[in-house]
Amino acid sequence: MIKGSDTMVNLVMAWAEQFRADHWGVLVGVTGGGSGTGIAALINGSTDFAMCSREIKPKEVEMARARGVQPKEYLVALDGLAVVVHPDNPVDALTLEQLSAIFSGKIRNWKELGGREAEIVVLSREVNSGTHVYFKEAVLQMGRKDRHDEFGEEALLLPSSQAIADEVAGNPASIGYYGMGYISARQKVVRVAQDNRSGYFAPTAENVVSKKYPISRPLLFYTNGEPEKGSQAAEFLGFISSARGQAIVLKEDFVPARSPDDSAAEEKEP
Amino acid sequence: MNRWSERMIEAAIRFSGFVSIAFVVMIFLFLLTEGHALFRVTGLTDFLLGRNWHPISTPPQFGILPLLLGSLAVTAGASMMAVPLGIGTAVFIAEVAPKRLAGILKVGVELIAAIPSVVIGFVGMVLVAPVVREFFSLPVGLTAFTGSLMLALMSMPTMVSIAEDAIHAVPRQYKEAALAMGATRWQAIYRVILPAARPGILAAVMLGIGRVVGETMAVMMCTGGAVAIPSTLLQPVRTMTATIAAEMGETVRGSPHYNALFAIGIVLFLITLIINVTADLVIHRGRRDSP
Repeated sequence: MIKGSDTMVNLVMAWAEQFRADHWGVLVGVTGGGSGTGIAALINGSTDFAMCSREIKPKEVEMARARGVQPKEYLVALDGLAVVVHPDNPVDALTLEQLSAIFSGKIRNWKELGGREAEIVVLSREVNSGTHVYFKEAVLQMGRKDRHDEFGEEALLLPSSQAIADEVAGNPASIGYYGMGYISARQKVVRVAQDNRSGYFAPTAENVVSKKYPISRPLLFYTNGEPEKGSQAAEFLGFISSARGQAIVLKEDFVPARSPDDSAAEEKEP
Repeated sequence: MNRWSERMIEAAIRFSGFVSIAFVVMIFLFLLTEGHALFRVTGLTDFLLGRNWHPISTPPQFGILPLLLGSLAVTAGASMMAVPLGIGTAVFIAEVAPKRLAGILKVGVELIAAIPSVVIGFVGMVLVAPVVREFFSLPVGLTAFTGSLMLALMSMPTMVSIAEDAIHAVPRQYKEAALAMGATRWQAIYRVILPAARPGILAAVMLGIGRVVGETMAVMMCTGGAVAIPSTLLQPVRTMTATIAAEMGETVRGSPHYNALFAIGIVLFLITLIINVTADLVIHRGRRDSP
């Protein structure tokens, strides 16, 4: 069983399909629900892998240890979060500071950003989404632990990335965010700058790997302890980090975690 | 032999009666045990009257006032639309419409109940929300009003079929007597039939409202989910049910967030209990009043 981040569901399904084709008779179940859901399931013992689009929180590690679960982390791919607006919106580049102000409700009109006179409609994911948590930490709080910015209370919390994509495509005053995999021609991608001095970059694979694009994040797997050598879980992890596994990452519009020749899975204690 | 089977059946019926009560009591106890732990972290007033719902921040804040008012706004909106429409439809079907048309209408209204709520939610999100946005020239169409519209639709079958049954149950002589005394059809309906059917109609309204308060999926998809205190129906809101449904998957059993969602469950349970008890009292008073 694999459970967790909605952002990673399509990617992990693609892995699972290929893995099933290679290993006849192996069953891999993949369900989404959000990173928090995955971690909760790992702690409650109802999944083997938690897929997570953010790092596990100290509080979660504490709760896991209290229940005798030792979370172990594996980096499986990278993802850039795209900030999107309606294609008719003249605004096409923003700094992190501006994004923070927009999403926390301090800037409320597109006019303040050089756009049209229109109230900004802020779209976010539900709080059970790793994307929501990551966006809050990396954009609203700008990665700083001493900031406690929250999403503005006017922010709409939508149940899926697809719902955000649909609303942005149909609403000229909206702004939303989601994983790079959801980018389509129906929305316009905003270029983002770390601050006034650095340049504006689009969420492309190249800019994510070079870390020029400021809103990118690791995609992780968590297991309870290290899986036994030779077990299906260990083989699955091996497959993911293989050149073939990482080629699937690229095909699913994410960014490979490593160069294709490096085959050992990168491991670290959380 | 006969008496033996009689006794068996009686025992079986008594057992099923007790089972349903036992279930309600057990569910409430379960909610209490899972929910009360929250109050070690948050005070009751901070919970009920707190304006900030930030369940996953550090430190977390569990104020459900915006959620309570969100549920209230959606319910009030839906009731304002569904109650007159539902009772009107019931009267039309029971008293006014020719038999054939009444039959078609009744089946049609009951068909609404067969539509899964996620489908109604989808229609609301994709078709109704853009219309609401354009019509009221709002920044966004996912509002309490949109949710109310969809919920009014969903509560129609309950209201119409129960109200219609109640109107049908009014003895025919009442109407005939009224007409014989020279009342017009409308006077007979308004002055004689509706008052006689009042307890049943009230029950229909209450059950319809109960359906609206508890509805989750459609409301989650149509109302936008913003944790803001609404000042009009044309703003995005977040209801208690949607909060539980959207966030339950994420929580770890025994964490304050988990307890908080159960505490919301207690609040919802109490609200429906109050609605049902009020309905019961009103109905019984109505019975005593009527001849």
